[in-house]
Amino acid sequence: MKRKVLSVLLAAAMVFGCSASVLAADTVKIGVYEPASGDNGAGGKQEVLGMQYAKSVQPTVEIGGTEYEVELDIVDNQSSNDKGPSAASKLVSDGVSIVLGSYGSGVSIAASDIFKDAGVPALGVTCTNPQVTLGNTHYFRICFLDPFQGTVLANFAKENFDATKAYVLAKLGDDYSQGLAHYFTQAFEGMGGEVVKEDFPEGNSDFTSYITSAKNAGAEVFFAPVSTEAAALIIEQVSSQGLEVPLMGSDTWDSNVILNAAEGKDVQIYVTTFYQEGGNPEFDEGMKEFINSDSTNLANNGGDDTVAAVTAMGYDAYFVALEALKAAGSTDPVAVNEALWGVEYDGVTGKIAFDQENGDAIRDTAYVKSANTENGSWDFVAEQGVN
Amino acid sequence: MDFISRNLPYLLAGISVGGQYALIAIGYTMVYGILRLINFAHGDIFMVAGLIMVYACTAMPIYIAIPIVLIATVIIGFLIERVAYKPLRQAPRMSVMISAIGVSYLLQNLALYITGGLAQQYPPIPWISDSITIFGASTKRVTVITPVLTLILVLVLVALLKYTKIGMAMRAASKDFETSQLMGIKINSVISMTFIIGSFLAAVGSLLYFTNYTGVVPTSGAMPGLKAFVAAVFGGIGSIPGAVIGAFIIGICENIIKGMGWTTFSDAFTFVLLIIILIVKPTGLFGEKATDKV
Repeated sequence: MKRKVLSVLLAAAMVFGCSASVLAADTVKIGVYEPASGDNGAGGKQEVLGMQYAKSVQPTVEIGGTEYEVELDIVDNQSSNDKGPSAASKLVSDGVSIVLGSYGSGVSIAASDIFKDAGVPALGVTCTNPQVTLGNTHYFRICFLDPFQGTVLANFAKENFDATKAYVLAKLGDDYSQGLAHYFTQAFEGMGGEVVKEDFPEGNSDFTSYITSAKNAGAEVFFAPVSTEAAALIIEQVSSQGLEVPLMGSDTWDSNVILNAAEGKDVQIYVTTFYQEGGNPEFDEGMKEFINSDSTNLANNGGDDTVAAVTAMGYDAYFVALEALKAAGSTDPVAVNEALWGVEYDGVTGKIAFDQENGDAIRDTAYVKSANTENGSWDFVAEQGVN
Repeated sequence: MDFISRNLPYLLAGISVGGQYALIAIGYTMVYGILRLINFAHGDIFMVAGLIMVYACTAMPIYIAIPIVLIATVIIGFLIERVAYKPLRQAPRMSVMISAIGVSYLLQNLALYITGGLAQQYPPIPWISDSITIFGASTKRVTVITPVLTLILVLVLVALLKYTKIGMAMRAASKDFETSQLMGIKINSVISMTFIIGSFLAAVGSLLYFTNYTGVVPTSGAMPGLKAFVAAVFGGIGSIPGAVIGAFIIGICENIIKGMGWTTFSDAFTFVLLIIILIVKPTGLFGEKATDKV
């Protein structure tokens, strides 16, 4: 008797299991591999906001003549190279068609092989280290690269501040930070400048000694390609120690965490970024409305409605993924991977197309903005290319 | 003069961070002295004190927030001992230690849940957050206040241990736990008092530390906690003057190493120093010699 009940239950489970998958056939899953905690938590959340907004704008996609509902499958890689891969595995086992992310190059590299083995294509949104896409055919990206960004920053330091000596501070064991410091140094020294480079370890929050060293070395610019958390501490301590040289940051610095830290302090901050608020008023307006419509969104954006560049990039990444799904005509990850090579899309951050070697976006300008310490907003400075 | 203004900031940073490590280290060393337990959750209590300050300041003026931070941290320290350590009093020492590690992760993950993993900006405390200039080196006033305040608190603590009844009970308990119980000392209140003092000092330490380094994240307590623990072992665990001197030595050395340009090795150096001291003097600078009585 018992056995009979069990078999009936099993059969029922099988029927329901099947019907569930029949229903699921009309949804396509896009994996979101982003940090929601750890060093890059703030940036990751802002990037995801862009994707969520994009989904609210365009919740469905037509693939091979069928209308699919898009589902964002969001995991937290905790900004950690050793926890990232397990988050990536979860996406793979959930059966996503394409993955977006991550904020932070280190975690993207750490998860790369998992996506590769599963045949799932990944689309980097703001991971700028060349290693992410180098020598593989499954990792793409829509942002510029660090050799470009480092050179842009070096050019900017040279042209605007007439600097001959730069102090560079990078985090140990962080691929993004070390990579960018390296490219900046290369470009800056190539122009006849001098660089003093130092490193700080994970978990460090005392930057006073580094700032003193920068002062003693007589540096004319202070370049720190670091996470927003370290950057906020650096800004605070630079202002209390009265270091009067311009601080330069990379794309990570384009965040309201930095604006809040700098507000009311006597510091000059210049950052390179992907998008300047006001570049597309229609998008800005919709984005702000989306952020203000929900208290969680507002908290994830750091408590105000400043549109971060990574949010705009997240928005574009979602649409690039939809284009790839349309072009593939199927939700099969392998087909999507094939289709990605040919995708072209005109986004809010500019035209996006991939080179045919590594799958990197072809981009030749970065925006430079400076923090307005009086009203806590970004001022546009220049559109900077490479000379 | 130029030499001073170039190098003074390293020394100032070292003394200030050393004072903050000292305030945490006392908590480690006192608990060890009495319970022979390394309270791994102590660094996280320090972090929680920082978070309480962040949230308290959004709701009330700062002169109410500061006492609330001190009181709340003391209560948390007291409760942790009552809930996680007291039931294990008769259990092997290893079990209590595992319990301490559990509490540490619990606090970190609670903080992660509450803050959502984002760094919280620590509110500036008027007067002590202001910038000042000493011999041409600018810094925050807190840098100068820290060592002074640390020394005052340590002197008060030493006086408390020497001249009060509870202090005598603490000293007795640290000499011989079982015998002091037989002598009618209320061991539970002695232990609670130890945790209360330790948490209070950690809260003061967090006020000073986060005023200087203004970001609080769930793992903020890990590194200072570890360094303070090293300082406690370095000075001879169980000895209060040892912990304080050890903390100052570690804070100053760390910053001098950074000043010499070996930034990559500043943490490695701290731990190499620990290893060397333990090889030369296994009980630490001021540690009691372990004599096994028959």
